[in-house]
Amino acid sequence: MTVTAEGALPERVYDVTVVGAGVVGCAVARELARRPGLRLAVVEAQDDVGQGTSKANTAILHTGFDATPDSLEARLVREGSRRLAAYAAESGIPVERVGALLVAWDEDQLAALPRLAEKSERNDCPDIRLLGADELYAREPHLGPGALGALHVPGESIICPWTTTLAYATQAVRAGVDLHLNTRVHGVSRSADGHRLTTSRGTLHTRHLVNAAGLHADTLDRALGHDDFTVTPRRGQLIVHDKLARSLVRHILLPVPTALGKGVLIAPTVHGNVLLGPTAEDLHDKRATGSTAEGIALLREKGGRILPALLDEEVTAVYAGLRAATEHEDYRITAHPEQAYVTVGGIRSTGLTASMAIAAHVAALLADTGLDLGPTREPDPVSMPNLGEAFPRPCRRLELIAADPEYGTLVCHCERVSRGEIRDALASTIPPRTLDGLRRRTRARAGRCQGFYCGAAVRQLFEEART
Amino acid sequence: MTAGRAVRRVDVLVVGAGPAGLAAAARLAAAGAGRVEVLDREAQPGGVPRHCAHGGFGTWVHPLTGPGYARLLTRGATRAGAVVRSGVTVLDWVGTRTLATVSPQGPETIDAGAVVLATGSRERPRAARLVPGTRPAGVYTTGELQQAVHLFGHSIGTRAVVVGAQDVSYAAADTVRAAGADVVALVTEHPRAGTARARAQWARLRHGVPLLTDTTVAELLGHGRLSGVRVRHRDGRTATLPCDTVVFTGDFVPDNELARRAGIKLATGPHTSRPGVFASGGVLHPGQRARAATRDGAQAAGAVLEWLADGE
Repeated sequence: MTVTAEGALPERVYDVTVVGAGVVGCAVARELARRPGLRLAVVEAQDDVGQGTSKANTAILHTGFDATPDSLEARLVREGSRRLAAYAAESGIPVERVGALLVAWDEDQLAALPRLAEKSERNDCPDIRLLGADELYAREPHLGPGALGALHVPGESIICPWTTTLAYATQAVRAGVDLHLNTRVHGVSRSADGHRLTTSRGTLHTRHLVNAAGLHADTLDRALGHDDFTVTPRRGQLIVHDKLARSLVRHILLPVPTALGKGVLIAPTVHGNVLLGPTAEDLHDKRATGSTAEGIALLREKGGRILPALLDEEVTAVYAGLRAATEHEDYRITAHPEQAYVTVGGIRSTGLTASMAIAAHVAALLADTGLDLGPTREPDPVSMPNLGEAFPRPCRRLELIAADPEYGTLVCHCERVSRGEIRDALASTIPPRTLDGLRRRTRARAGRCQGFYCGAAVRQLFEEART
Repeated sequence: MTAGRAVRRVDVLVVGAGPAGLAAAARLAAAGAGRVEVLDREAQPGGVPRHCAHGGFGTWVHPLTGPGYARLLTRGATRAGAVVRSGVTVLDWVGTRTLATVSPQGPETIDAGAVVLATGSRERPRAARLVPGTRPAGVYTTGELQQAVHLFGHSIGTRAVVVGAQDVSYAAADTVRAAGADVVALVTEHPRAGTARARAQWARLRHGVPLLTDTTVAELLGHGRLSGVRVRHRDGRTATLPCDTVVFTGDFVPDNELARRAGIKLATGPHTSRPGVFASGGVLHPGQRARAATRDGAQAAGAVLEWLADGE
């Protein structure tokens, strides 16, 4: 198992190299790892997997009911949704099928619901139903006044985005994929073997190349001579509310898309919090992952109308992610056989849901570029530590604590993270390199106190393991 | 889960071994309340004073540091006959006065004649204050800072901005200096420091720490590690203070999860909306001083004794 974060890259020639270890890049690596004949690498500019757009999304496993019918995105979301739901069940990724309600707050929105219902039929998402105001308020008693009706989409689910990306990457690495972190690609040129990548850690040779560079996919695509799309980062700020707010909401509360754009959503999270967001701000700076006073004020104003009691609860975290929006409506997944190169661009917020289907699609495209995939061997399944509140956490598991008392020694009290879980994460296949990485793997320090009680103790465990 | 496991019975279960909980337990045990058990989820009992390395605890004739005070209170409760157990987390209610707990020994359900919630309070962290900006490392509350420096000897950076100008903020500034870092400034939205004048002047004149009044933190800057904070004066002027550490102090909120999980309403005194369940200390009066919490605990013990005498 090879995960590197420093030193020179190996001199071997890889069959396929994936640039970018986000949810899409890791899914592609996992898919290709089913082919034991291939020598594979993933290179990632940051110090962990899922560090870009993948870590800061709305954590929803979509059905694709509202996708543009017959688009590539619609197909891959629909297929990916089914694949990921099955994979999550097998791998211990927390998923809750809470269902979504598209709530109409005015006559225009109410009038738009039947059209959306029709669209979802065309997207092969049949179980949806129109609800009147009475039934809506019976389902969501804390909803603010003035809602006229809703569309119920029972298949919409919530998922842990960090565990998903990490599960893909873990399985890929265990199956022999080399993961090279802290490896920023500066340039790419042709070589006798195919591609020569110039990176912050030296040169890497690969026969085939997959561009899953997310926000930077357009830059890499241009370096290979294509002018197919431009990524305009679209910032989404999100507010995570205290677990004590979880009882206020049962479904994902989606806005009805109108000509005036998408509104904000309120959704429970598998970790037991309540999410409010996102904003949608088109920016030029691909590092502008900060939240703003205006963004937070806007979300609280809108959130207060949807679920007034939410504003009385404490805020646990505020974060902002950049979605890789392009000038195109659809994903930009293109094979360039003459270059032995596949671009996976313009993967928007649906990328988490679609990731496994995108990966299968990319593998097929790679075969079209002349790659001999060889025989298939399913990799060993992974069993990820459960971070979801709907499933028993270690501190509730008698047999686990009896076997190992470290699971009964809680360090992070707000999120009930035991010393055993922290120890396991620090010794895992892809160990965290920062406290933030540890947080995404265990939830340690992710709770309402943000480290007031446990921050120093968690840091101590982290530093002891790293020395 | 705990189904099928025996339920253990105690007379009084105190949740939280800070000053309020320990003082309540000491008085209850001394008064013959039967088996009095104090649970604390931290590895050591004592609550917040455990990591307040500064003086100001104890009495005028018998001054103590925070850790000294924590030990004194723990000894007091134990000598009176209370059982103090640390490393035990109360997870949830399973009955009116029955609680599910977990510790390295495993899960246990404890049924009590009376329950005292002495779960304390915590400082609002950065996110709960809705301070915009990036999410870099180097962002603390006083609680985390003091533990990092005084319990673990961690380094905390080189230049720190302290947000707040109350007693706790000046204590945080002292901790920053004890860790070998410089205090860039104290920042408060109020027109003056909320501490004794002598203390504010001492910080300003002896240590040269500027106090920025009528000023709020508008944004945190930096990727990876904090690189500065942008501050805004009431008159609209803004400035960036370069620093690698920021400490959010004060603004205490009750740690009332257990009460809220059961829908138990807290008041200002020890009685709650649920008969036989009492509350005491910082969970009622967030940020109160240790000595006041100790008095609070002793007072709550009186209410518990009354309940045990004529309750049920």
